[in-house]
Amino acid sequence: MAPRGLFHERKTALLRTFLHHRAASGSDCTKLCCTKIEDFTVRVGRLTIFEHINIHIHCGQLTALIGPNGAGKSTLLKAILGEVPHSGHLHYMDAKHKHTKPVIGYVPQYLRFDVSAPTSVFDLFQACLTQKPVWLFPAKRLRPRVRKNLERVHAADLIDRRLGALSGGELQRVLLALALDPMPDLLLLDEPVSGVDQNGLELFYEIVEDLRAKEDMAIILISHDLNMVARHADQVVLMNKGVICSGSPDEVFHDPKTIRLFGMIPEAVAHHADVSIDASTGAGNVKEGA
Amino acid sequence: MEAIYSLMDALLPFSWSSYTFMKNAFLAILLVTPLFGLLSTMVVSNRMAFFSDSLGHGAFTGIAIGVLLGSVSPLLSLVLFSVAFAVFITYIQNKSTASTDTIIGVFSATAIALGLMIMSHGGGFNKFSSYLIGDILSIVPGDLGALAAIAVLVIFAWAWLFNRLLVMSINPVFARSRGIRTFWVESIFASILAVVVSISIQWVGILIINALLVLPGASARNIANNVKQYTLFSVLIAVISGVTGLILAYYFSLAAGATIVVVSAVIFFITLGLKPYFAR
Repeated sequence: MAPRGLFHERKTALLRTFLHHRAASGSDCTKLCCTKIEDFTVRVGRLTIFEHINIHIHCGQLTALIGPNGAGKSTLLKAILGEVPHSGHLHYMDAKHKHTKPVIGYVPQYLRFDVSAPTSVFDLFQACLTQKPVWLFPAKRLRPRVRKNLERVHAADLIDRRLGALSGGELQRVLLALALDPMPDLLLLDEPVSGVDQNGLELFYEIVEDLRAKEDMAIILISHDLNMVARHADQVVLMNKGVICSGSPDEVFHDPKTIRLFGMIPEAVAHHADVSIDASTGAGNVKEGA
Repeated sequence: MEAIYSLMDALLPFSWSSYTFMKNAFLAILLVTPLFGLLSTMVVSNRMAFFSDSLGHGAFTGIAIGVLLGSVSPLLSLVLFSVAFAVFITYIQNKSTASTDTIIGVFSATAIALGLMIMSHGGGFNKFSSYLIGDILSIVPGDLGALAAIAVLVIFAWAWLFNRLLVMSINPVFARSRGIRTFWVESIFASILAVVVSISIQWVGILIINALLVLPGASARNIANNVKQYTLFSVLIAVISGVTGLILAYYFSLAAGATIVVVSAVIFFITLGLKPYFAR
């Protein structure tokens, strides 16, 4: 045990110096809970989806994954879930610095259900939260809990609506509410490419922002909206079959490699990045022009 | 059994129910159609209509193997083969990246062909033709006991499976992220379908058995707004079509299985018309 402990100490010391450059918060890993994704590689047959991914996330931080289509972002989340065979390790340490298995919440990008399905929001919650078959037992006692869950995402009035009758943004919020019961240590959000309007998107990011502030959890978010990333993320990881660059939004959006991959970064995004880092007030007032 | 018969005589003073074979058929329908109603909800929600159809086709091989072996009853061989067939398809679906339609298409066609090949050996195919259309009057009291046992088993299994299947119908990865072991849930569901289909084939017939697994759920979802309504309507529609179909078949001397399916289809079109008034 002793050599391993020693090794661990040296590693954390190393990481600490490393982190001061990489993580936006620069906070100390020994005090907060943290999640380390170490050397993740996924191959399907001879095709490499991505390789050697290393990401370090603190609780209370929002890490945004960005990158072009086919960069392997969704696959990375599935690898973290253990859904896709991969090499590499996921280390999670809680606030008491113990290695445990984290509770992972997941909001998928696509849903397979067809819109005519007669499943209400409450039915879905009951199916996820209890063993009592939904078709047989009424679950009056569960209602306050579900309502509370939905209130967290500003969706309490959707409780009796059919899933198929929800808008893209509403559905995304309902799924987020589900992912928050039980409260996860690590929250993985795979944002849909389309189907969520601008207001829905704003609301979603506000909720995520709120969660980050109130709950002690690490959030990994795949985002397609660089504006939102610039305004809300603590750490940005640019992926394209591997980590291209990572750091604060400011660092990533000014990196020549990002500019090469995305073409021109809209001025407003870069500006947001500056604003949100330098003076966190007033960032919300700046509207994008792209 | 006698007690049940006399109770039925008291409750159902009609000419059709005076015959013992009709009493047996009626009891069988009351036992089996609720199961079709229950299973139908998730066959439709999980888009398994083609899968359940392939179970009927797999029956060809199951029956043929039973006859070939001689010593086991065709029904036992049918049930065992269908369960193995269903679990095997589920396994391949989980392993392979090919589309579900293609995989089911391959297995379904192979099972029919293999079954026909074995059955046609020696030119004696005609003796199997009763399986194609089915004969509800072939049910004997011994079958009813087995049906009752299976009904109880299915209802218990359904209580365990349903929530998991419901979450899986939304998104399988999401279901697994919540600790649901989707392969096992799918396999058990597929096995239950296989058992219910294979015990019903002798009286509904291979050709139309799938309709009973699709129509009740498809009709119910037209007028239901939540899971409880969905299940209730699906079971009611299955039982009502079963009983109505049997009585119509008696009075107009038709094949009972086919008549039940036609009644279900009529109910489907009625609910389709009612949809705008019910759907929220």
